[in-house]
Amino acid sequence: MRGSYWVRKLASLAATLYATVSFNFLLFHVLPGNPVQLLARSGHYDAAARRQLVALFELNHSLLDQYVIYLNNTLHGNLGFSYVYREPVTTVLGSAIGNTLLLVGTATFITVVVGVWLGVVAASRANSLTDATVSVTSLSLWSMPDFFTGMILIFVCGVWIHVLPISGIESSGLASGGLAHVLDIARHLVLPATTLVLVNAAEFSLITRNSLVDTLVEDYVLTARAKGVSRRAIVWRHALRNALLPIVTATALYVGMVLGGAIQVETVFSWPGMGLLIYNAVEQRDYPVLEASFLIFAIAVIVTNFASDVLYRLLDPRVRRT
Amino acid sequence: MSVLDDDVARRPGVWRDLWRDRMGRSGLIMMVAVLFVVLVGPMIFPFQSQSFGTSSASILQPPSAAHWFGTTELGQDVFRQFLLGGRISLYVGVFATVIAIVLGAGLGLVSGYYAGWRDAVLMRITDFFLVLPTLPLIIVLAALFGQSIVITSLVIGLTSWPQTARIIRSQVLSLRERALVLRVRSLGASNYRIMARHILPNVAPLIFANLVLVLSGAILAQAALAFLGLGDPVQVSWGTMLHNAFNAGAMSTGAWWYILTPGAGIVVMVLAFSLIGHSLDRVLNPLRRSQR
Repeated sequence: MRGSYWVRKLASLAATLYATVSFNFLLFHVLPGNPVQLLARSGHYDAAARRQLVALFELNHSLLDQYVIYLNNTLHGNLGFSYVYREPVTTVLGSAIGNTLLLVGTATFITVVVGVWLGVVAASRANSLTDATVSVTSLSLWSMPDFFTGMILIFVCGVWIHVLPISGIESSGLASGGLAHVLDIARHLVLPATTLVLVNAAEFSLITRNSLVDTLVEDYVLTARAKGVSRRAIVWRHALRNALLPIVTATALYVGMVLGGAIQVETVFSWPGMGLLIYNAVEQRDYPVLEASFLIFAIAVIVTNFASDVLYRLLDPRVRRT
Repeated sequence: MSVLDDDVARRPGVWRDLWRDRMGRSGLIMMVAVLFVVLVGPMIFPFQSQSFGTSSASILQPPSAAHWFGTTELGQDVFRQFLLGGRISLYVGVFATVIAIVLGAGLGLVSGYYAGWRDAVLMRITDFFLVLPTLPLIIVLAALFGQSIVITSLVIGLTSWPQTARIIRSQVLSLRERALVLRVRSLGASNYRIMARHILPNVAPLIFANLVLVLSGAILAQAALAFLGLGDPVQVSWGTMLHNAFNAGAMSTGAWWYILTPGAGIVVMVLAFSLIGHSLDRVLNPLRRSQR
């Protein structure tokens, strides 16, 4: 049955991706009217150019034909033309994707490590003062909007004790590629990444804690304890491995959240990624950029979900057998 | 186990346990405090100074006797905006949550109770919306369809239901096989009656636990939308205040009162509901309950 599992899994991935692209078409091309109407609403519109625009966006075709054209364009990486930058959307997205990957990737790695570690600390002293402190601190940080946390960090680090850069990705006037340049980008990365870690670590610490507390009452933990294995080794080597499974699932859901966080954090810190692009696109009603950015975010989340499913299966032999 | 043991809702302990739990009690107290400030506050402190400042000297002033929480970049009283802004944040949060819970619990109930092909179809749709990144979707919808508080509430409500649907469905799936339901069905009760009278009361605590978590998420989503400039320009919420403060350069000019006041409002409101939610989760989970 092994082969059939992968066939089903890949078919479902393809179906979800197809549904997402179609949903995007529905959202931007059917529900609010057509791109020319959107253009009219966005204020980048010249009445004389209407006929030309209708032809350009191929609106003289039926909705079904438009849908087919849209699918074909998307499949070939043609994501439309920005109203504001007057360039293909793919050119506009260019470096922004890499910058967001750098920010979100760094933040995610630290978030998972810090979150899991805090969860282990809380669970191994369950119901103690440490446990309560970790849980309440996590929840409090989780309750802060990402942009508000960022504003506080800017206030503290940028206004009171000028230690770290609070805006942009690099200082001007540095030759690119050198060690100084890399360190400069790293310094700019500190505050936005810290913001995302502070807000999102709770997600992992709370899940790790609860999952580990549930695991620590399993029979094999009792057996290990009876054999004289130290408490530390039981937590880190025996229980955590099993308790981590829900974390794999949580990571997939987290990606959807962190992308929402990235929009806010990049706006606050003027980090030139997809989030800032979305903020500017919203402000200037640059719908093609907004449309492409949303599509890329959605695909990123779907692919991560798929990867986490696959990882779960590799990690947990019980799932494979059933 | 007798038939009546199935009825979680009839167990009076849930509310008592919530009050006994330290997290739950802090959450309840914070919730009452926030509701008092937001709903009663504007009546107790009827500030006249809704007008704009008349001179540049009244702009971004620190807290004083006349302006307890300082003034805005237009010379307005921050405390007054804070009291009124909380209502908008709460209004959108509650409105959106009602939509999300009715949709989520309804779909979960139908899906879990009927199982079979209805379940398969509904859960495919739910899973699709579950993977879409929520906040980016909300931003896109707000940018396309408008930013009045009613549209904001609709947009947040219509995107926040999938998780609830999933949770309620799995609970209903197990409930429908229980002795109580089988017995009532054999007595000839209609599907509608079984769902309304026997299943719904049993998932009610779970729906409530989910409701408070959806509520805190909805308040955060509204704040983010308003901060990104997609708030209602007329109805100033806490998120809008932070948007204005950010654009007015409140951080570089050191106007901490303009940032901390609305920010603290959001954090306390969201924290109150998430504390209650997490506490309920603990109280309702019998496995973890026994270990306390």
